[in-house]
Amino acid sequence: MATDLHRTVTPSGPEPAGDPTTDTPVDTAAKADQERPAAVRVQGLSRVFDGRRVLDDLDLEIAPGEFVALLGRSGCGKSTLLRILAGLDREISGTALVPRRKAVAFQAPRLMPWKRVWRNVLLGLDGSSADRARAERALEEVGLGERAGAWPKTLSGGEAQRASLARALVREPDLLLLDEPFGALDALTRIKAQHLVGEVWQRHGCAVLLVTHDVEEAVLLADRVLVMDGGVIAHEVDVALERPRSLTDPRFAALRAGLLERLGVDTSAAA
Amino acid sequence: MSIDHAPPDISPVSSLPRSPAPPRKDPELVPLAAVAGRRSRVPRWVRRTSGPLLLLALWQVLSGTGALPAGILAAPGTIARVAVDLVADGSLPSAMAVSLQRVAVGLLLGLVVGVGLALVSGLFRVGEDLVDASVQMLRTVPFVGLIPLFIIWFGIGEAPKVAIITMGVMFPLYLNVYAGIRGVDAQLIEAGESLGLSRWGLVRHVVLPGALPGAMTGLRYSLGIAWLALVFAEQVNADAGIGYLMVQARDFLRTDVIVVCLIVYAFLGLLADFAVRTLERLLLQWRPTFTGR
Ligand SMILES: Nc1ncnc2c1ncn2[C@@H]1O[C@H](COP(=O)(O)OP(=O)(O)OP(=O)(O)O)[C@@H](O)[C@H]1O
Ligand SMILES: [Mg+2]
Repeated sequence: MATDLHRTVTPSGPEPAGDPTTDTPVDTAAKADQERPAAVRVQGLSRVFDGRRVLDDLDLEIAPGEFVALLGRSGCGKSTLLRILAGLDREISGTALVPRRKAVAFQAPRLMPWKRVWRNVLLGLDGSSADRARAERALEEVGLGERAGAWPKTLSGGEAQRASLARALVREPDLLLLDEPFGALDALTRIKAQHLVGEVWQRHGCAVLLVTHDVEEAVLLADRVLVMDGGVIAHEVDVALERPRSLTDPRFAALRAGLLERLGVDTSAAA
Repeated sequence: MSIDHAPPDISPVSSLPRSPAPPRKDPELVPLAAVAGRRSRVPRWVRRTSGPLLLLALWQVLSGTGALPAGILAAPGTIARVAVDLVADGSLPSAMAVSLQRVAVGLLLGLVVGVGLALVSGLFRVGEDLVDASVQMLRTVPFVGLIPLFIIWFGIGEAPKVAIITMGVMFPLYLNVYAGIRGVDAQLIEAGESLGLSRWGLVRHVVLPGALPGAMTGLRYSLGIAWLALVFAEQVNADAGIGYLMVQARDFLRTDVIVVCLIVYAFLGLLADFAVRTLERLLLQWRPTFTGR
């Protein structure tokens, strides 16, 4: 699926003066369009919090329709990167190109408690195309068609999270950003939700960036797994396993062990 | 220096004599009453009105036995008769109409000013800098103390009375709406942004609904204060209204009329409270809060 519309996340914060690596956004956009298509193109991205460089000259490229998982120890800046790509944080330097149509699902469902589920799904869409039937189709897709008229307070944790996913999907995004969307779910619901995301991704063909703590989840779902460290993508692994993937596949275990080692977990005892 | 170690206590820990397993006692089972059966036996409104009715009965008994002389406080029966008379000769309805109109106008003005200011300082940082400090300062002035000033400014017509009510009403509204706006969850704002809501869309779909519980609290406070302000305003220089009726009654030592007026105040207050409750039930049904058992 081609991502035609690119938009620059323009830096609004203090930019390092005279930084030779910082191209003007327009130049990069023009240059980028001549290269192969991408759903995300980030170059030399930095984000500083109180003098601490959480993202430090980070490069990242995601192809259209590619499923990328992002791992890294807690506090290394995964959510920061995701928020920047979502356009929620503009105090950056460097360039970041993202599709105009992008959607986010956060760790907490963040449904507006004062809107019924279907209105939550349609929130932010312009009036002409936003009717209840469209919301119900999106909810149907995540198995929540019957709860369209419910108040968010009456949903279970997993249901609320699926509603949040439906709200992201109804926008037909070219880029879907997921920040630990299954983090708060119980093990069983989590497995179901992972399958759901896998299915939805194959149907929509959008690029996905999934932030997660769970190495197994990353290897199960992603085409490519990135490990973030020191403010950059420190390591990446292509997952060349055919789908559906099996946890018992020895290649799966090898990939998993390699990633855990990268993350500083000693697996020798477990292996 | 050598330390003498006490000989270690190696006396065998005598194993407890194995008592025979206690006979198994089957627990006694108690039925759990279904909530639905416990509830709604007595309708809610009956339960809510039974308290005041009991008080009324007690009062009548005290008056009837002579424990409460009529000169201090008339009996409920007498008061009911006086009330009927006052309604029949039209003095009470016309007084109520005048008073209600004052409250309505004052409340409306206070609502516009209070909510307007709260929006300005809640939504815009510039507005906060300009408005909030002045309002915080003004609100510490007891509004009743402004009556003499208002009479000098506005004369003795309707204006000073409405102005007092407006003053009393706008501050609780301002404070609660402002706090409501600033209390909206930043995560929801961010979610709204990520969904592509415009600035106005964020205000309409996220900030204002989020501030609604606060606004309703403010409305309740200000309704209470509106009646209070009305009583003050009408006892100064009024020539109509419930307060005027009361002042007249005082001059003729008519405790029964005074009590009728007080009851009318209380009744109107209850009515207003009922209106707000209904409004809350309609507007805040989404709230996942504890509603009492
Ligand atoms: N608004 C902020 N102000 C100051 N520091 C911040 C802010 N937001 C994030 N940080 C810091 O930036 C670092 C990266 O935060 P981020 O939320 O991106 O971590 P993360 O990789 O998502 O961690 P986790 O896996 O625990 O969610 C952290 O050290 C955090 O303290
Ligand atoms: Mg995070």
